[in-house]
Amino acid sequence: MNYEYLIIGGSAGGIGAIEAIREIDKVGSLAVIAEELTPQYSKPMISEYLSEGAKAFNHIMYRPKKFWKENSVEILSGKKAISMEPKEKNVTLEDNTKIGFKKLLIVTGGQPIIPKMEGSSRKGVYTFTSLNDARLILDDLSNSDRIIVIGGGLIGVSLAEALMKLNKQVTIIELKEKILNLILDPTGSDLVTDVVQQSGVKIVTGHSAVAITGRKDSENRVGGIVLDNGLILDCDIVVFAIGVKPRTEILDPNRIKINHGVIVDRHMATSIPDIYACGDVAEAFDFLLKDSRPLPLWPLAYIGGRVAGSNMAGKKIEYPGGTQMSALNYFGLPVISAGIINPHQDDAYEIISELNKEHRVYKKIVIRDNIIHGFILIGKIGNAGILFDLLKRKINIENMKETILSNDFGLIHLTPTVRQEMLRRK
Amino acid sequence: MIVQSDRPQQPVKCTNVHGDPILKRVFAIEENCIGCRICEVYCVTEHSKSKNVVKAHRKELPPASRIRVQENGPLSFALQCRHCDEPSCVHSCLSGAMIRDPLSGLVIHDSDKCIGCWTCIMVCPVGAIIPDEKSNRIVAKCDLCEGLEIPACVNNCPNRALIFEEASP
Repeated sequence: MNYEYLIIGGSAGGIGAIEAIREIDKVGSLAVIAEELTPQYSKPMISEYLSEGAKAFNHIMYRPKKFWKENSVEILSGKKAISMEPKEKNVTLEDNTKIGFKKLLIVTGGQPIIPKMEGSSRKGVYTFTSLNDARLILDDLSNSDRIIVIGGGLIGVSLAEALMKLNKQVTIIELKEKILNLILDPTGSDLVTDVVQQSGVKIVTGHSAVAITGRKDSENRVGGIVLDNGLILDCDIVVFAIGVKPRTEILDPNRIKINHGVIVDRHMATSIPDIYACGDVAEAFDFLLKDSRPLPLWPLAYIGGRVAGSNMAGKKIEYPGGTQMSALNYFGLPVISAGIINPHQDDAYEIISELNKEHRVYKKIVIRDNIIHGFILIGKIGNAGILFDLLKRKINIENMKETILSNDFGLIHLTPTVRQEMLRRK
Repeated sequence: MIVQSDRPQQPVKCTNVHGDPILKRVFAIEENCIGCRICEVYCVTEHSKSKNVVKAHRKELPPASRIRVQENGPLSFALQCRHCDEPSCVHSCLSGAMIRDPLSGLVIHDSDKCIGCWTCIMVCPVGAIIPDEKSNRIVAKCDLCEGLEIPACVNNCPNRALIFEEASP
């Protein structure tokens, strides 16, 4: 088998690439190798599958089943790639089948991190990044009520929310002093902590798990965790939600450049001609840090996929770059955060902020040289898009500082030239 | 052909001399706008169950207006979705609810599929997507009044402060 375009991975990045390729080349042969049987689901929505069960299956599909056929894609689902031979231009599957390509996109995604600790192979220990993870946890929930979530980041909090909908007893263990510390400052984190705790979730911060103990009547099965201060917490299930790392295992680092993730340029091209990468496996451009780093975010995987696909099909376009950007609505509290939100003690940054604890409204804008470098909006998020655009385009906001936090802030406060340019563009 | 949704395809709104579909967009004329918000009233009406202006506002739970008037001193204008050719909201949507119809060019929001994650609100450069606070989940955005020849906001503006035309190249 030989394909014009071959993609390893059928999630956001792969789908973005397919859509971009088919806008340019409607006939070139295209195949996707995907480990999962229905890779076209939305990974951020696995928490909905967990709380609603199998009836949510169709709802969590990011693209309909007919997507593959309609885009003339051969979907090799349930197949695992085990190696890639850049010289021979082929990918080897588990059953030793070799699949040739002219252009290849590597979108193998991220791998959940499981720290080395005693007992981490016991039954009842899970991760939470795939539909299969959600199914495994769901199957195990009928006999399990006490769940410990290790990691208070985006995955951990979304998992806790899903479990609370199922009336479980949930405890989040966060190593740092605050949950969601990568996307919020302490004030913002406290507001979210409040709603999470009010829903009944217990939060333990400043501690980590050092071991997972067995149950008295069944040593193989999770019975609890031991914290770094010696405290033992009993539980029936442990879920690791401490992040993902680029999944590069099928690649030979002597032949393709890998740092933390696969190194790509602004065209999403790797160090080997005709081979591209994007999504959680890659290390792509961060326009704020002006450097490359892994940013495992769904929108950036899709956008990177579109850029890769377009370049693979011969239309040169550049990745605009991504940065930290998160929108969430956990436990009914809307939160949007982007860019640098915890600048180091540095006089160069100016902060404009407003807090109303009672109404759970918090706005903070981090400015440097009159240019927005980051912001947090909690409770009132309507202006996030404009702030993010000002940040991306590095627009001078010197004359907007008095109005920028107001709920009525909008395009009308920008200069007529900037505003007209935005309104007239296509 | 690329179709990304189970939804029926939208009718093509208009075509250029080559027969290719071209999307008309709504543009605001700032000098003509007096900030009367009648566009908001008719947007709500058009997206209500009854489509009757009194019933929509008095008897029904009125839907959120997809067009919003912005004011700053004497200046005002109305803003709604720009239906961008490269829409950030579609590219960033986590659920697949936001799609760009390849035939009509319309950016369409499927409220059944929407999970209210607010990612589209974060990336919309003009701030035209509105969090529907009544449901606290579903966003509301302009659909150019599918099925109407001229969108309700344009048709009912007393000052011709809204026009419906092709974007200049």
